[in-house]
Amino acid sequence: MDSVTCPFCGLLCDDLAVARDAAGSLNVAKNGCQKSITFFGRAPQAPSARVGGKPVDLKEAVAKAAEIIGNARHPLIAGLGTEVQGMRAVMSLADKAGAALDHMNSNGFMRNIQVVQNSGWQICTLTEVRNRVDLLVIVGTDIVSLFPRFFEREVWNGVSMFDQDTSTREIVYLGGRDIDTSAGIAPDGRKPDVLPCDLEQTPAVLAALRALVSGKKLHATEVGGIAVAELEKLAQRLLAAKYSVIAWAAGTLNFPHAELTVQNITEMVKTLNKTTRSSGLPLGGIEGDMNANQVSAWISGYPVRTSYARTYPEHDPYHFSTDQLLASGEADAMLWVSSFNPDRTPPKTDLPTVVFGHAHMKLDHEPEVFIPVGTPGADHKGIMFRSDNVVSLPLDQLRASALPTLGQVLNAIEQAL
Amino acid sequence: MLIKLTGGTVYDPAHGINGKVMDIYARDGRIVDRPRDGERIDQEYNLAGKVVMAGAIDMHTHIGGGKVNIARTLLPEDHRGDPVPHSDLCRAGCGHAVPSTLTTGYRYAEMGYTAGFEPAVLPMNARQAHLEMGDTPIIDKGGYAMLGSDDMLLRMMAANKDQNAINDYVAWTIHASQAMGIKVVNAGGISAFKFNQRMLDLDEKNAYYQVTPREVLQRLSRAVHELGVPHPLHVHGNNLGVPGNVETTLNTIAGIDGYPLHLTHIQFHSYGTEGDRKFSSGAARIAEAINKNKHISADVGQILFGQTVTASGDNMSQFRNAGHATPNKWVCMDIECDAGCGVVPFKYKDQNFVNALQWAIGLEIFLLVDDPWRIFLTTDHPNGAPFTSYPHLIKLLMDKTFRNEMLSRISPDAQAMSTLASIDREYSLYEIAIMTRAGAAKLVGLHDRGHLGQGAAADITVYTDNADREKMFAKPDYVFKDGHLVVKDGSVVKVTWGATHVVKPEFDRSIEKEIAKYYDTYHTVKMDHVKVTDQHIADDGRGHVQVQACEGRREKLV
Repeated sequence: MDSVTCPFCGLLCDDLAVARDAAGSLNVAKNGCQKSITFFGRAPQAPSARVGGKPVDLKEAVAKAAEIIGNARHPLIAGLGTEVQGMRAVMSLADKAGAALDHMNSNGFMRNIQVVQNSGWQICTLTEVRNRVDLLVIVGTDIVSLFPRFFEREVWNGVSMFDQDTSTREIVYLGGRDIDTSAGIAPDGRKPDVLPCDLEQTPAVLAALRALVSGKKLHATEVGGIAVAELEKLAQRLLAAKYSVIAWAAGTLNFPHAELTVQNITEMVKTLNKTTRSSGLPLGGIEGDMNANQVSAWISGYPVRTSYARTYPEHDPYHFSTDQLLASGEADAMLWVSSFNPDRTPPKTDLPTVVFGHAHMKLDHEPEVFIPVGTPGADHKGIMFRSDNVVSLPLDQLRASALPTLGQVLNAIEQAL
Repeated sequence: MLIKLTGGTVYDPAHGINGKVMDIYARDGRIVDRPRDGERIDQEYNLAGKVVMAGAIDMHTHIGGGKVNIARTLLPEDHRGDPVPHSDLCRAGCGHAVPSTLTTGYRYAEMGYTAGFEPAVLPMNARQAHLEMGDTPIIDKGGYAMLGSDDMLLRMMAANKDQNAINDYVAWTIHASQAMGIKVVNAGGISAFKFNQRMLDLDEKNAYYQVTPREVLQRLSRAVHELGVPHPLHVHGNNLGVPGNVETTLNTIAGIDGYPLHLTHIQFHSYGTEGDRKFSSGAARIAEAINKNKHISADVGQILFGQTVTASGDNMSQFRNAGHATPNKWVCMDIECDAGCGVVPFKYKDQNFVNALQWAIGLEIFLLVDDPWRIFLTTDHPNGAPFTSYPHLIKLLMDKTFRNEMLSRISPDAQAMSTLASIDREYSLYEIAIMTRAGAAKLVGLHDRGHLGQGAAADITVYTDNADREKMFAKPDYVFKDGHLVVKDGSVVKVTWGATHVVKPEFDRSIEKEIAKYYDTYHTVKMDHVKVTDQHIADDGRGHVQVQACEGRREKLV
């Protein structure tokens, strides 16, 4: 099978060749990466649903799940690792059940959402990067451990649309320690610039860089261990670049109030655009976080961390987080969805729990109900939003599967409520 | 299933019916002349004294796609002000400036609208636009695919490809995006902005491609015409919002080889530079040009006072206007070598000179354009105001006393710069029915909508005649969608899922070789994955695709 789309990171590479054997095992034959090989390489399985750890048929599991949700006053539907059709079913069930919604990656993603809600931003999509970037500044991440083919597809892509020799592109890693910068080495061996600092120093460094780009002078000679002269040079390069791109992965910026650092990046990009062109590049789209936020936004009017408890949607990035709802006792049942990744298991809780999981999922604590669901893009079709939150791609069914889709299971539960 | 609507006063301009008392029959969702001999009438509605029209059609409303969802995400505070609880029938959501999709469908239907067309479907984002419209209940929908700053077209033009190749690419795009037509937004300008150009006038060259907006408009309007697409090229002009842009607009009307053009939200493109503040109304000149040029149509994009949000593909203009953002936050994006978007919240204020004059300019255009078949009622939802303000806008058009009272409350300096007080015209119910039904259906290319003749879909709205036109149009007595009673006394009583209207012009499929190569070389997705399939629209078992014929195109100016 050619032109297969891999949903296991936000790049959604759609040029994979995948082979299938008689047993339905899949093997990436071309254009694979470590992530896609892992994703497609998981052997087909169709374990039984379980109630209280005992195998039951799907109907019984659905009935028990419906009972748990029906008895709850404020269930939490979390994880949300699913594609668009699954997410549509989540929204419908949440409305009916008065549930709260949160995604497993929201602690990172909300840093971006809060910036959009507070000041907006100026960003671009992957094909623009591929054809335009002349200076790429990467904040606090190596990118490739999350998005393995990023440099191959968007930076060292050889041919670009506007006569640019892509091997001359300049790469700067800013912030973070011991980051693997090898992917940033140009095809001709030219090394990227690296300005490292402790992750916790990133806010100070970005604030300083933004100030310098805005033309302000700093009294300090170093910030976070980086010489201000180096930051000044970077500021001048950003101002001189024709189309700079500043990339970050919000989940990696794991320190208090990282949204303010994201905001320093995005406001700096706005400043650069007064005279030249520049775009932010928020990287995400892992485990369907874009699907969850897009579908939630059009159906409820808000991104996730939204609750239907009062019969209408309410959004609160703090109160409706999974951590907060579990800690405060405001949720009284939890539904956990992870259909792409068996390793993303639910957080520990004493609440009645229903897990809609990847067939390979192993759980330390047996939930009240476990319902294995098909993997989108392998066991069934779907639609998936990419990291840039603009492009969506169809996911194919690559093998026959006895597993139901998340949408089928949730619709059955909703009917039974 | 046969229903009879008895004795209503019917306005059906497609058939020249102007306030005639008559019966209407609909069998299984379609209008029929009369029952068969002995056929039982299953339901009868006595409409004596009621006003009956086809369901209204919004031919330009931003209801689906990336920028709409960005606008939703940007404004949680606006949504908090208008929560919509679920009911036994309807799901929950929120309203005001950019409502959730479900609320959008319910509220359109509750206002007597049975179709809405998303005017800015980016081919690279078309699937999302259709997904959102797929979650918009009751009304029919469709969209216009955006071209004109996409690198594929500009490359073809720079290479001086012949018109047949352009036509094939345009047709391919309409198929891939499942669209009803083609829209061009700031022709070439979104691309120029990516090369750091900040303005692009009609004959200014894109810095990289050396192609001008005029050439883009010529190529695309000709393509749309030659493909037989009923909807003329839908044009969002260059220089949106810039004082003096009336010259650009007049130049566009006169100078695109006479191919039919629809100039959208023309209010934003009708500004002069007279007066102390160098901002004046160009409405009279624009209306005169539309009156004279029968191949031109326009929708107004009326602004109404209050908080809203502007969402546009025109990121060059949106970036320029971002300083006016209220509240102070905005999003601009460069998108996929395909287009862009800009989302900027606005609060139009009646005491602000510019806003007040914008309000007056829109109304002047409505009232000075003679032919209601070529001018359309829009607020460019949500850019000028949310669509829920349409009944108020209709009252402004139909009631001169009310209009002048409103005029007397706006910025006195703006009043002094407007001729509005001297215009006596009041729209009739017949003219409103043209603008919002018959004319809109003809313009979009919906052969079986917007009228009440034999074979038309039974999309019908029934109002109680009321001298207060705002009250009348806000709350219809009945709305039928495909023969189903969906709204009674202004509230949804049944939830259905409308069709998605598309056209499928014929073209030479060998163009796909070139397009596929372009995607493989420069893009991050494969050509085949760009295509929106019927299944993507119908997958959840609710929506379906209705193909409208590529016929009945407008005449080119000789």
